[in-house]
Amino acid sequence: MAGVKTDSGTITYREAVAEGIAREMRRDPTVICLGEDIGPAGGVFKTTAGLFEEFGPQRIWDTPISEQAIVGAAMGAAMTGIRPVAEIMFSDFLACCWDYLANEIPKVRYMTGGQVTVPLVIRTANGGGLGFGAQHSQAVENWALAIPGLKIVAPSTPADVIGLMASAIRSDDPVVFFEHKGLFASKGPRPPEGHHVELGRAAVVREGTDVTLLALASTVHTALAAADRLAEDGISAEVVDLRCLIPMDLTTVLASVAKTSRLVTVEENPYQAGWGATVVSVVVDEGFHLLDAPVRRVASANVPLPFADALENEVMPTADKVVAAVRSVANF
Amino acid sequence: MSDSTELLRMYEQMAVIRRTEKAAYDLFLAGMVKGTTHLASGHEAVAVGASAALRPDDYVFATYRGHHHAMARGASPEACLAELMQKSTGLCKAKGGSMHLTHAAGNMLGSYAIVGAHLPMAVGAAWSARLRGTEQVAVAFFGDGATNIGAFHEALNLAAVWRLPVIFVCENNLYMEYTPIAAVTAADHPAADRAPAYRMSAQIVDGNDVIAVREVVASAAQRARAGEGPTVIEAETYRHYGHSRTDPATYRPAEEVERWLKHDPIDVARARLEALGVTPDTIKDTDERASAEVAAAVAAAKAAPAADIAEAFTDVWADGGAAWRV
Ligand SMILES: Cc1ncc(C[n+]2csc(CCOP(=O)(O)OP(=O)(O)O)c2C)c(N)n1
Ligand SMILES: [Mg+2]
Repeated sequence: MAGVKTDSGTITYREAVAEGIAREMRRDPTVICLGEDIGPAGGVFKTTAGLFEEFGPQRIWDTPISEQAIVGAAMGAAMTGIRPVAEIMFSDFLACCWDYLANEIPKVRYMTGGQVTVPLVIRTANGGGLGFGAQHSQAVENWALAIPGLKIVAPSTPADVIGLMASAIRSDDPVVFFEHKGLFASKGPRPPEGHHVELGRAAVVREGTDVTLLALASTVHTALAAADRLAEDGISAEVVDLRCLIPMDLTTVLASVAKTSRLVTVEENPYQAGWGATVVSVVVDEGFHLLDAPVRRVASANVPLPFADALENEVMPTADKVVAAVRSVANF
Repeated sequence: MSDSTELLRMYEQMAVIRRTEKAAYDLFLAGMVKGTTHLASGHEAVAVGASAALRPDDYVFATYRGHHHAMARGASPEACLAELMQKSTGLCKAKGGSMHLTHAAGNMLGSYAIVGAHLPMAVGAAWSARLRGTEQVAVAFFGDGATNIGAFHEALNLAAVWRLPVIFVCENNLYMEYTPIAAVTAADHPAADRAPAYRMSAQIVDGNDVIAVREVVASAAQRARAGEGPTVIEAETYRHYGHSRTDPATYRPAEEVERWLKHDPIDVARARLEALGVTPDTIKDTDERASAEVAAAVAAAKAAPAADIAEAFTDVWADGGAAWRV
């Protein structure tokens, strides 16, 4: 059968996007995709490869380069019985339709007194490290975090892509789904049919006792690499994958900090107004007594992302920077 | 229904809207309506004429100047005024206000205060109708000023290439806030002149003639349901109040105001009723019924309890709540 590959074993993060969407499209005929080049072309990142072949033009719609029309039409369709999955090619382009994410989609249910619901997913390729320069590399989950009324998902593994995609599409709330460009080629086990991961459930992906490394999407892998290095020094790092920014699983974060007494956030967004700032404000407010050391935030520098590999590496979070941050608090 | 019965019904609806807007203005002056209002007095025929041409299950999207559209789709004057007055019985539980009147029970899916934002939504509702095979039509009402924002152009292009059952109704009242639309628009007819560029047919209509509006919307809706795609309608009209709140609209030339006030949509409808042989007494009875209905609505809205504080934390999410963390 043409369409999305369904063989077992491993799956890439990239394939998991299409697989996650396809699983929901098979069970729910109201799930409809729209976006630029997502049809026969399979998406610029090939994250929708096979969907057009399996589901056809009535369910997979190529659009003009009209970010406002894509997201605005998805909103109108979501209010009237469809579950649209809209793709914004690069997350930087969310700025072109930000009105819908800031003013329309998250507010319409509230300001109508609950008269309408907006069950839609906006998927977008997010993040840097690939030399795409300042306008195609940003990690912008924190933009969405500034707006009450949006659920925010950013998976780190293929299994989570599938599991969180299921929950995002089934959610009656609007979900912004950040797919990390740097993870597309990464591989992991293909989860069984029916796999789903509830929104707002962080995962402890490595247990430890000395410090909590709190990470999201690409930085989960940065944190895991740092944890390996720290283990060589006898420092036991616990790595928590937040998975969603909203709902934010602060219960898991506080439980981990209760165990380790130290917290380092690892964020790809800029330090200024990054998601870690919100987490840390809660941790120091509600968990101050749990802490034995200052909290450190490893995030991107407060500059536009540069093009050259060496410069990009200089400003983005790396395992080296995480290791250094942990060392600075380890013997505090 | 005979022509005169239907017209009398539309006349009464316009009379109720006119009086509700007057009440909103007076309540604003009396300090009982806070924030802002954008009254639609003068625009009644656009909403009422269009509504008369639509099916109850068709979708309507409006702007912050949208009281007339909410009422034309069945929202009660009482619920509208209660919303403006921050009462718990308001149309949106006092969480929307004047600019966001919504009556989803009548498929009036919202009033939006970011200029042009709802045009793509109407396109999406029309797309949804197509996907679900319902033959519903979606209508976006917007101002002349909205034709200069990107969302207007993105919406028209997408509607045209997908041949969607959507009707774009521009209420051209000659001004975007305080600036004459002609001074900032490279087209004589801001909406209609742009339509051909999107291979879309356009109709210019007297927006103060409820029958003329009903006819152009009916034919656009028929074309839309037949799969013949979208239409732009530019309804020429004029607002009787200023842009918002208590704006005295001194930027409008006196002779222009006078000319348009002589072409009041309610007078136009009344003249049509008289031409159909409806008696002055019947019209007077209708006016009195409208006055009584709105007076009762004002009294009920005034008497209603204030906004329920607990509602601040409902309706963010579909589960009814507002929890952002676990
Ligand atoms: C995107 C955006 N820009 C500016 C405004 C401020 N504003 C509110 S109404 C308005 C004028 C709109 O004119 P028009 O579309 O003709 O509608 P009308 O008020 O005449 O009905 C402006 C500029 C806004 N609400 N949204
Ligand atoms: Mg105007």
